Amino acid sequence: MGPISNVWPWYVAGPLMGLFVPFLLIVGNKLLGISSSFQHICSIILNTKKFAASGYNALVNRWKFFFVIGITLGGLTAKLFVGVGNTSFLPQQYYSLKGLIFLFIGGFLVGFGTRYANGCTAGHTISGISTFQLSGLIATISFFVGGLIYTHLLFPFFN
Amino acid sequence: MKDIKYILFGIAFGIVLTKAEVISWFRIHDMFLFKEAHMYLIIGSAIATAAISVLLIKYFKVKTLDKKEIVIDSKALDKGTVIGGIMFGIGWAMTGACAGPIFAQIGAGEWAAIITLIGAILGAYSYSVTKFKLPH
Repeated sequence: MGPISNVWPWYVAGPLMGLFVPFLLIVGNKLLGISSSFQHICSIILNTKKFAASGYNALVNRWKFFFVIGITLGGLTAKLFVGVGNTSFLPQQYYSLKGLIFLFIGGFLVGFGTRYANGCTAGHTISGISTFQLSGLIATISFFVGGLIYTHLLFPFFN
Repeated sequence: MKDIKYILFGIAFGIVLTKAEVISWFRIHDMFLFKEAHMYLIIGSAIATAAISVLLIKYFKVKTLDKKEIVIDSKALDKGTVIGGIMFGIGWAMTGACAGPIFAQIGAGEWAAIITLIGAILGAYSYSVTKFKLPH
């Protein structure tokens, strides 16, 4: 196991992730954000009359659709060419009917919640706070309130 | 199709997410249990690096590659920021994935994350078609 194939330490990964904010601004005047991509996928495969009436701006957010295609390929590249060892990213229990229902509900909350909050960990926590926006800080505190509620109060109940 | 180049940015971002295990349910769980500092240090150093970069961009009046002024959109603060934020936080802890990592988990071979993605797409759809009735 060399330094590349091991888990990248925070002082490498964190700054690298942060640099996407200036890179995307300089390359295309884009503010790093990811969760609008869910709505972009809706605009492609679920473009009902009701959805069209919601006022989603596909032109402005289309780049995020390509960005998440890239993220998927990035996960594949890391797995195939950089190496992740025998690491699992999800608990084995999720590969069951109950587990998949859990993932569906959790995913639904991620999709609904990020759009209701107008951003996720990328758009609010990294981009929002680093551009000194109060909404980014409040959103991030709310994300952690939700995560702590689940992990400490609900998770022990379900397991 | 000038947006296609963002696939390359995504690949780089996805590799970092995966190699730092930001896409790991276990890392997210340990973060919310305050068991390890890994995620906090990543998030903190990412914000710090981005903030310093943004200050430098403003100070030196850096332009985009096609010589345009850099504009940073402001994001509104409303009730949705808190209510939606808490909903997302619960989903994040359940699935071990915020928005980007769902895609990286699928790429890294965790096929169950396809179900997470289907949930997220339907969640975003449900929000879009009900948003006029929700408190903001």
